[in-house]
Amino acid sequence: MTGPAGLAADLQLRLDRLSLDAALTVRPGQVAALLGPNGAGKSTVLRALAGLLPLAGGRIVLDGTVLDDPAARTRIPPDKRPVALMFQDYLLFPHLTALENVAFGLRSRGMPKALARARAATAMDRVGLAGLTEARPGALSGGQQQRVAMARALVTEPRLLLLDEPLAALDVSTKTEIRRHLRQLLRSSNSANVLVTHDLLDAVALADQMVVIEDGGIMQSGTPAEVTARPRSRYVADLVGVNLLRGTVAGRAIRLDDGGELLTQGGGPSAGAALAVVPPAAVAVGRKAPERPRPNAWAGQISAVDLMGDRVRVRLDGTPAVIADVSPAAVDELRLDEGGELWAQVAPGDVTVYAP
Amino acid sequence: MRSSRQPVNLVVLCLAAITALFFIFPLTGLIFRTPWSSMGSVITSKTSTDALRLSLIASLSTTALALCFGFPLAWLLARGRFPGKTLLRGLCTLPMVLPPVVGGIALLLAYGRRGLIGEPLNHAFGISLPFSLPGVIVAEAFVAMPFFVITLESGLRSMNTKLEDAARSLGASRWTVFRRVTLPLIWPSLAAGGVLTWSRALGEFGATITFAGNLPGVTQTAPLAIYVSQSSNMLPEAIGLSLVLVLVSLTVMIVTRDRSST
Repeated sequence: MTGPAGLAADLQLRLDRLSLDAALTVRPGQVAALLGPNGAGKSTVLRALAGLLPLAGGRIVLDGTVLDDPAARTRIPPDKRPVALMFQDYLLFPHLTALENVAFGLRSRGMPKALARARAATAMDRVGLAGLTEARPGALSGGQQQRVAMARALVTEPRLLLLDEPLAALDVSTKTEIRRHLRQLLRSSNSANVLVTHDLLDAVALADQMVVIEDGGIMQSGTPAEVTARPRSRYVADLVGVNLLRGTVAGRAIRLDDGGELLTQGGGPSAGAALAVVPPAAVAVGRKAPERPRPNAWAGQISAVDLMGDRVRVRLDGTPAVIADVSPAAVDELRLDEGGELWAQVAPGDVTVYAP
Repeated sequence: MRSSRQPVNLVVLCLAAITALFFIFPLTGLIFRTPWSSMGSVITSKTSTDALRLSLIASLSTTALALCFGFPLAWLLARGRFPGKTLLRGLCTLPMVLPPVVGGIALLLAYGRRGLIGEPLNHAFGISLPFSLPGVIVAEAFVAMPFFVITLESGLRSMNTKLEDAARSLGASRWTVFRRVTLPLIWPSLAAGGVLTWSRALGEFGATITFAGNLPGVTQTAPLAIYVSQSSNMLPEAIGLSLVLVLVSLTVMIVTRDRSST
């Protein structure tokens, strides 16, 4: 074994509709969450890591062993990699029982039948499905199928575990419970784990590292706290649910690219291009213009009003365009349903500036 | 949502009943007119046993050929990506809609003694297909194998190939994937295609008589023997053999239906 334990991948993928370059490093026991818009290539990354898709260039190294290196003509086939891939739609074998599904990987790797079945039974017990070993996938609920798929992936004790939207197909009521369960499994694992998700909550709850893939490359990566505090793209800002504004630093203010200017709390770059984040709850809105002109106050047209849990999100088309969160009581008070013009105000202390 | 207890239209009911009777009458006719007393001697006559034996050998050989050669073609048509695939599929399945006699003529022109391929084959190896049992098998395969190819191809197409990816990622070699995932999942269409091909081969007449001739004991299969008996005023013989074929077909249909519905 040469090199550090865990995954070190430098992926260059060239497909019909996708060109992607991404580097990924995941230590054993750690979880990296891949996020990005539809079609960005998140699932493609997992398929490449599993060996189901050839690389155009780059390298995949796992625990010091080269799995893929097109330049050196090295390519270990998927069945010879210590990798397990859990698919979004689980892909359980419909003609096999749950137990046979779980035992499949062990049997394929040459384990005697009786031993494989015993191991599979233990694995099913661990995910709380002890009584359902003889059931066919078609007879299981979505949550149970998810657990069988988990057990099937984990039972081979992979060195690299790949999870493609593991919670996406579940309904809300089981999602929370299974997420907690998954968190325990991943925390106690000794494998490098890569997770694809659409859901910020999954990433924050499960991952040590967030990797955002956009426009054919990695847009941003870091701990979930870092990424959510300082989004670098519109996609991440929308995911987190904050206002992201681009501009140029001008003293204690930031001159916005799309027009307008905001006074900030300072602390960012002293000059040049910058990004500013404003949480929607920090945007105060009212029907009347402020009595005397003041900084960080501007008017905008109401373009959308959405209920977000216990708050109401108002989208204002102005310079700049922003989203603001108000209480449900304010909907009547401000007659939001009538549309029209609203005034927005932001305290300079709520505008965080950082280098792009 | 439609109610499942919707009353059946009377017109539909009458037409359906007429159609059903249309199918049932000929069979009952066959049974009523069967010379039961002489059935034993009719069926065990030399002509009959020869014809049945030849039919059985030729139709089973055709099915075996379909498995060996039709399977790869179906695989290529379902999974392959190459230009002219649609054309290739059309050409390979044309015999399904071609009048079998025309197929027989085409076979003669290609594999006959003076045929495009038959002549050099005859010169080089002394192999001659027409008027021989292999000729019967070739004629039946030409007509019946497309049913296997088409059925299996649609089975392969409707299978979720991502299941094969899943198996690969779980450590299964290509062969293990084929054996433990692909084959069990396409089994219904494999069986259906096999039965379809076999029964089509069993009933083959036009291409066989044109290409392989009608030599009792050599190329005269059961349908040919039935035709000869009927046209030479030996109706009991014709009915006896027909009844055997009906029973065989019926048994196969019941057995395969039971399998696929459970």
